[in-house]
Amino acid sequence: RKAAQSLENVQTITWICVSSRVHTTDFPGNYPGFQDGWDMKTFQKNFRIDVVHLDENNIEFDMVGIDAAIANAFRRILLAEVPTMAIEKVFIYNNTSIVQDEVLAHRLGLVPIKADPRLFEYKNIEQEASEIDTIQLQLKIKCSRNPRASKESSDPRELYLNHIVYSKDINWVPLGNQADVFADSRIGAVHDDIVIAQLRPGQELDVVMHCVKGIGKDHAKFSPVATASYRLLPDITLMEQVEGEKAERLKRCFSRGVIDLEDVRGKKVAKVVNSRLDTCSREVLRHKDLKNLVKLGRVRDHFIFTIESTGSLPADVLMQEAIKVLMAKCQMLLNELSSAGTQ
Amino acid sequence: MAGDGEKKPKLEMVQADGAQEDCVTFVMHDEDHTLGNSLRYMIMKNPDVDFCGYTITHPSESKINFRIQTRGGVPAVEPLQKGLSDLHQVCQHVLNTFQAKVNEYKEREEKPME
Repeated sequence: RKAAQSLENVQTITWICVSSRVHTTDFPGNYPGFQDGWDMKTFQKNFRIDVVHLDENNIEFDMVGIDAAIANAFRRILLAEVPTMAIEKVFIYNNTSIVQDEVLAHRLGLVPIKADPRLFEYKNIEQEASEIDTIQLQLKIKCSRNPRASKESSDPRELYLNHIVYSKDINWVPLGNQADVFADSRIGAVHDDIVIAQLRPGQELDVVMHCVKGIGKDHAKFSPVATASYRLLPDITLMEQVEGEKAERLKRCFSRGVIDLEDVRGKKVAKVVNSRLDTCSREVLRHKDLKNLVKLGRVRDHFIFTIESTGSLPADVLMQEAIKVLMAKCQMLLNELSSAGTQ
Repeated sequence: MAGDGEKKPKLEMVQADGAQEDCVTFVMHDEDHTLGNSLRYMIMKNPDVDFCGYTITHPSESKINFRIQTRGGVPAVEPLQKGLSDLHQVCQHVLNTFQAKVNEYKEREEKPME
């Protein structure tokens, strides 16, 4: 039974500084006597998701009981394969500002656009822009001198009108039936206060932009997340009872709230309360007398995901779309296989 | 993906001459570690599979060589199909669980406001 217990630890916990056994090893035939084949029921029994925090643009949730290969697939898809709308073509009718045309076009492409990409199709390169695959935006702004400014002021905010071009100056020009379809949703830039260019009196910008649907793999401007990442739940085990002054020092080696001091028969004994709060600085390993008292590791199948959206879609919707993308990939290959089989 | 002019084969099979159906290398176009590693994990869980691995032939080309060797005379296409449908089921379960938990969280958040 002791062998089975230590085997269990090998399978679920990756120890830090002992070995780098990060890969899953529970494949059929690897450990004699263990049935490690794929079983959907066991997976469903052990799998759970706990949402820790959710608001419009951020979500933090735990995914427990899944393998790193699949969790990583979700992370990669969130970064690179969930589609968004972004400015692709910039038609510059007039640009007398100090910002070069290509730099301006590059900056406009990076502005996040608030439009649901699921309501649009991918644009075919050969076809003209149509209402089903393009959003047309316009930026028309001219800087002029403020006639009401006082003689002595040197503040550009007082001297000039429209001297900074913000993303709120980008206006939506509905194509075709878009005015009816998107009557209640405000299509435009997600944030109003992104600085695009600076102007001085006499300079103007007259630009028409076409947004299309794309994925992050093609260009990073299409990535729907500010970032999407996961970390593994830290696992801290105390090998022996630590009490008194040592316990105090042990507590200070970890982030606040990880280790608490309990009162046991008059003595203060250290206890691991919440390993999730630990930032894994490994400070305890720097102290000769403390480093053998703890074993630091990570729980191999407990992923703490953090997804921050740029605003086009809410963070929880992004995760759902990522899962659907992976399902679509599997389905596409399955269809290929079955059509190749019937040939 | 978006705006592809010509149709490329998504999946090709390469077999050594004279070998039976149980050792096959699949060439998957427009794929990378995202599908490769997760599919490899699902197929390795199949007890019929002797060997399963994938490589990205060159980082500039987006295609993977996915090799499956089976034991017991099972044609290599079978574990691939099973792996794909298992992965599909896993994603479906994850999606259902995720949606349920998110709705639960949203309902819990609304309660204190009442």
